[in-house]
Amino acid sequence: MKSILRQIKIKNQYLISLCSVSIVSVLCLFTREYLDYKIAAYILLVVVSLLAMFLDILPVLLSAFLSALILNFLFIKPYYTFHISNAEDTLLFVLFFVIAFLNGVLTHKIRKTEKMLQTKQIRSTTMKLYNALLDSLSHELRTPISAIMGAIDTIQSQNVTISEENKLQLYSEIEKASLRLNHQVENLLNMSRLESGVVEPKMDWCDINELFYNVLDNLKEDLKFHKVKVSTDENLPLFKLDYGLMEQIIYNLVFNASQYTPKGAKIELSAVYNPDVDFDYNSDKLESCVITVSDDGLGFPEEEIDQVFDKFYRLHNSKTGGTGLGLSIVKGFVEAQNGKVTLENKEEGGSVFKLSFPALVMNPKEISNE
Amino acid sequence: MSNPLEILIIDDEVQIRKLLEITLDSNGYKTFFAVNAKEGLSLAANHQPDLIILDLGLPDEDGQLVLKRLREWYKKPIIILTVKNTEEEIVKALDNGANDYLTKPFRTQELLARIRTALRNTNESTIEPIIEFGDISIDFTSRIVKQKDEILKLTTTEYNLLSILVKNEGRVLTHQYLLKEVWGNSYSDQTQYLRVFVAQLRKKIEADSNHPKFIITESGVGYRFNTG
Repeated sequence: MKSILRQIKIKNQYLISLCSVSIVSVLCLFTREYLDYKIAAYILLVVVSLLAMFLDILPVLLSAFLSALILNFLFIKPYYTFHISNAEDTLLFVLFFVIAFLNGVLTHKIRKTEKMLQTKQIRSTTMKLYNALLDSLSHELRTPISAIMGAIDTIQSQNVTISEENKLQLYSEIEKASLRLNHQVENLLNMSRLESGVVEPKMDWCDINELFYNVLDNLKEDLKFHKVKVSTDENLPLFKLDYGLMEQIIYNLVFNASQYTPKGAKIELSAVYNPDVDFDYNSDKLESCVITVSDDGLGFPEEEIDQVFDKFYRLHNSKTGGTGLGLSIVKGFVEAQNGKVTLENKEEGGSVFKLSFPALVMNPKEISNE
Repeated sequence: MSNPLEILIIDDEVQIRKLLEITLDSNGYKTFFAVNAKEGLSLAANHQPDLIILDLGLPDEDGQLVLKRLREWYKKPIIILTVKNTEEEIVKALDNGANDYLTKPFRTQELLARIRTALRNTNESTIEPIIEFGDISIDFTSRIVKQKDEILKLTTTEYNLLSILVKNEGRVLTHQYLLKEVWGNSYSDQTQYLRVFVAQLRKKIEADSNHPKFIITESGVGYRFNTG
């Protein structure tokens, strides 16, 4: 409520202040015969105080000034003049004006300090986030760099002889470290793409089955010790999505599963066409494409499920490694295509990521006969 | 012994130049280098290399422009190296006449394979009437495709798609190019046709259509035919 009112344009704020004072005054006018005019003064003060809670300082001062005039003109005898006959009423009028004025100014000041505190708080959360980024980044980037530098030093050192087998081992460490470094840079670039808002999906017809196998091929090395299953409907239609973004999304989810489930765990990819008939046809609400990536690992701690998509968020019990960017990129890329992503733990153990997209659909049979 | 093939490398990064020099020299190519667009264009004109490796991020000029200028007269293969791995950039480079592309970081084995393919394709001025790969053979004169001596039934569109892929073996063909060549100009953005027919073709010619060895997907760009 407050925030809505605060966004009201300044011109409209003057209007609101004028209208509320006038309406309340007219209502009070009906009670003029039965009630003391001081009651009307109090009611107008309440109106000014209420306005001060929501509006800017100038519209509030306007309402204070206006209500003082109205009080004088309509409620202080003689009516319909700005003349005041006795000293008591003059004093009341002056006091009314001062109180209304002070009220407006003080409330405005309180709100200003409140706002300052809020920005301070936001700044400190940003600082925290920034520090978290620096922490995880320096760790994630320096670890592979150290591995590369160390391995090269050992290979180059002239006073020790390294067995051929160990040398090969070191070469393979260098390779792994570079791949890890590249993966992190990729994630950072994607994150900055999302942050700067330049992600504009290029929707094109996607064969989800092909997409799955393509990603799995790229992750072959990481999936060596996992059982991977793809279950897609035989007659799965084509969906209009951004292939590049989808690739990143599935890659990050499967990569995560491969890193955080024990050896031998099962990772399952599925895609279904969800032809939910929506009689009030609304293409934005129709989530035709539903993709799940699930595993039978340990699942996520229930109390942290809501936070896993947050930037830089890492599970409390998580092993070292990871910047906490992967899943937030997933969320960003899914939402860029108007989709939704949810995470749930399965009853039988493990977790399931469910992605649903309001994608256009095409049945391959319609064109394959040509 | 024939003269070693000459490769011009246009790249402003000294580390990449060093890496390419060692890799290519030890594989029997003769290399020479340019550090910017200006130098690259004049070296290409003076030396007439057998292949050019061009980095798109040059200090003095846009690599795409250099590519266009080279293609005004240079007919031999150009392979693009780029850190900009956006699909638009790659498709643009292929449209501007690049034979192939690799994004940095790249594997040198991959680069060598691409160089060999590109050089082979330019040396073969005529296409063999019969091409074989895996257990498949295509006879272009009779338009018959056989698998282990049995005739493989392909629709006309499937045959046209397969033959254009095979004839450009090793080369990335963009979605747009394939659609125009196989279906016609008005189909250039109808990628659904390509998706469906590539899937159908894979089911017929690949041993495992989920792990294709011949028709390789180049994400967001197009398809490449490998003889496996």
